[in-house]
Amino acid sequence: MNFDMSPYGAYIWPAYGISALLLGGFTLWSWIRWRQAKAKLARLETKK
Amino acid sequence: MNWLFRYANPHEFMRLSGAILPFMVIATALAFAVGLYLGFSVPPDYQQGTTVTLMFIHVPADVVAEMAYGVMAVCSLFSLVWRHPLSDTAARAAAPLGAIFTALGIVTGALWGKPMWGTYWAWDPRLTSFLLLLFLYFGYMALWNAIEDETRAARAAAILALVGVVNIPIIKFSVDWWNTLHQGESIVSGKIAPVYLAPLLIMMLAYVLLFFTLWMVRIRTAILERRATALMQRGAP
Repeated sequence: MNFDMSPYGAYIWPAYGISALLLGGFTLWSWIRWRQAKAKLARLETKK
Repeated sequence: MNWLFRYANPHEFMRLSGAILPFMVIATALAFAVGLYLGFSVPPDYQQGTTVTLMFIHVPADVVAEMAYGVMAVCSLFSLVWRHPLSDTAARAAAPLGAIFTALGIVTGALWGKPMWGTYWAWDPRLTSFLLLLFLYFGYMALWNAIEDETRAARAAAILALVGVVNIPIIKFSVDWWNTLHQGESIVSGKIAPVYLAPLLIMMLAYVLLFFTLWMVRIRTAILERRATALMQRGAP
């Protein structure tokens, strides 16, 4: 593997960084929301 | 069509997607690992140099951005014609995902454009129609949030999604119909060198798998939230 992106590293690494941040962040957020929804429903069902 | 409606039932969807999801997560992680490994192992291109590695995240983001719109439009059609409640949920779940992939396509394209074209942005037909795609996603999401009555919101958003479909062939064929700065299609025509084609196809698969995995998670979340709301309303005095 070659991580030496010169002379264009200043363009390539931000592109990979933003992609990782947005896709990783959205994945994490979707997973947290799913866990919260699951927990809320479980709480309501036990109350019932 | 009956078989489709059987699986589009929220209860069946939860059962089926619950069984498929773990495999989707593993397949997505594997595709990303292999795609990134191959992507960072290619030699620099004789014209583009090392910026060729940007293609492995830019093209898949563009492809999924357009595909997500197609998914949203098909679900919207199902919603308008058959009034299937899961279609609205599925269409709505695809919109923020599509917007993120579109934004990534624009940003990664700009970061490739600066060293190769000398500019981050040009009002070129391909770039402009792609920006319009982002606005269509924003408009779709805004419409859902602006109308309080869910049935009316779903109908208005579905109509907007179907009208916006006209932009998809414009994006696709803009490089053929107009004289643009953006390079033409190179995958189907076989113009791309095989050494770059393999990582590109695997990264495209990774992005497609990620889209469908997150889409499923978001539909499941919406179904759970709807059940919770129904329970709360039933329990309210």
